Amino acid sequence: MASGEEDGTVEEKETNNKKRTKGTIATAWLTFYNIAMTAGWLVLAVAMVRYYLQKGTHKGLYRNIARTLKFFQTFALLEVGHCAIGIVRTSVIVTGVQVCSRIFMVWFVTNSIRQIQNEESVILFVVVWTITEITRYSFYTFNLLNHLPYFIKWARYNMFIVMYPLGVIGELLTIHASLPYVRRSGMYSLRLPNKYNVSFDYYYFLIIVMLSYIPLFPQLYFHMLRQRRRVLHGEIIVEKDE
Amino acid sequence: DPHWYPARQSLRLDPKGKPLRDEEILQELPVGTTATFYFRDLGAQISWGTVFLIECIGPLVIYLLFYFRLPLIYAPKYEFTASKHLVVPIACVCHSFHYMKRIVETLFVHRLSHSTMPLRNIFKNCSYHWCFAAWMAYYINHPLYTPPYYGEKQVKAALAIFLFCQLGSFSIHMALRNLKLPSCKIKKIPYPTKNPFTWIFALVSCPNYTYELGSWLGFTLMTQCVPVLFFTVVGFIQMTVWAKGKHRSYLKEFKEYPTLRSPILPFIL
Repeated sequence: MASGEEDGTVEEKETNNKKRTKGTIATAWLTFYNIAMTAGWLVLAVAMVRYYLQKGTHKGLYRNIARTLKFFQTFALLEVGHCAIGIVRTSVIVTGVQVCSRIFMVWFVTNSIRQIQNEESVILFVVVWTITEITRYSFYTFNLLNHLPYFIKWARYNMFIVMYPLGVIGELLTIHASLPYVRRSGMYSLRLPNKYNVSFDYYYFLIIVMLSYIPLFPQLYFHMLRQRRRVLHGEIIVEKDE
Repeated sequence: DPHWYPARQSLRLDPKGKPLRDEEILQELPVGTTATFYFRDLGAQISWGTVFLIECIGPLVIYLLFYFRLPLIYAPKYEFTASKHLVVPIACVCHSFHYMKRIVETLFVHRLSHSTMPLRNIFKNCSYHWCFAAWMAYYINHPLYTPPYYGEKQVKAALAIFLFCQLGSFSIHMALRNLKLPSCKIKKIPYPTKNPFTWIFALVSCPNYTYELGSWLGFTLMTQCVPVLFFTVVGFIQMTVWAKGKHRSYLKEFKEYPTLRSPILPFIL
């Protein structure tokens, strides 16, 4: 081989090596991240079951798990970063919207408006989130490890059909329950007159948030349905060939 | 099919290539004795001029609805009343002047290179301008409006900035018009003329955006209103994107393009 050709292939090998190392680091980090998140939401699930078995009521359950919930749900912000830098091939906007709606519920509704923390609707969406997240993160973990048990794949692409609407119902009922307290306390609101010549009413903002579920929820739901069809449809084709 | 009028047609020689321009002639295209064109329907089209007009008439009218405090906007006891602050009618005149100037420019000054845009855009563009106009006008004309912190001094300085930038913007639009002769579609580099307001061409590729930013900064200072600041910032971001694109196409088109120029802010952006 002429030395010129050798130089070319050496450069190529270096860039390929760099790409491979970046790929392995990304995979290692994502595996760690998904294992940690699966564990976190499992801890939440166990804590909730234990509380209910011990106390026999759901009252005070939210307060009990609040810190863990806030921690793991907030940590999920990293997923937006994963999409942004490209190590996860999902749309930044879709992930962003989903994570933001969770952060909003946890920090700006249940965390700030204490009077609604014992509502049944809160337990509803927290349970739904827990089941969904455990399924989702274990799916990603097993995928990264290339050992995906069929039942996890089945759960990931079928349970959302029921879980998603239930979660939305829980969230909407919670926001609705919080409205009278928000109105009375005037929290997070800015009234006129003020030197900035602007006003903000959290009460009406929450109503707008509730209304925004109408266009947003179907879009996210059908996105998941399309993904499901793609995954299961692809599978069927392979079986036919064999 | 008469349904597909020319403005709606997009023809290309290669399905993944760039669409052919209106002025290209068949004889000059790289084709042999037969040619294959790929057709695409761009959807219902509307002329740019029409969109600009509707975009501008909206804010003009909407602001006045708030200024005269028409019923159902503020509490009933304020209907048709006037503000006791001097800055409020001044702001109304400025806002109205800005949009009237734009309408005049659309009708008589601009020589638009693209003739049409997709019909969908009119909803996007109009809701942006109309909603922001309503949001700003609501607070500036509100009975509980708080005038600027530094009072008359602030309003006078802001007014001066606003008028200066409006004159500048008009000068730039006239200068750009004089570059484009209606017959030939040759592109030319804009240069400073005898009008001092155009001297900024030495430092900036798109001074029309620079002056527009300046006008809105003036208006923000004059009204001291957060929604106006918001509108200014969002507009600035959009105009910067456009300016960078225009700057890049200038650089691509002309090898001798002056290197001192920045897209929108001298030396900065």
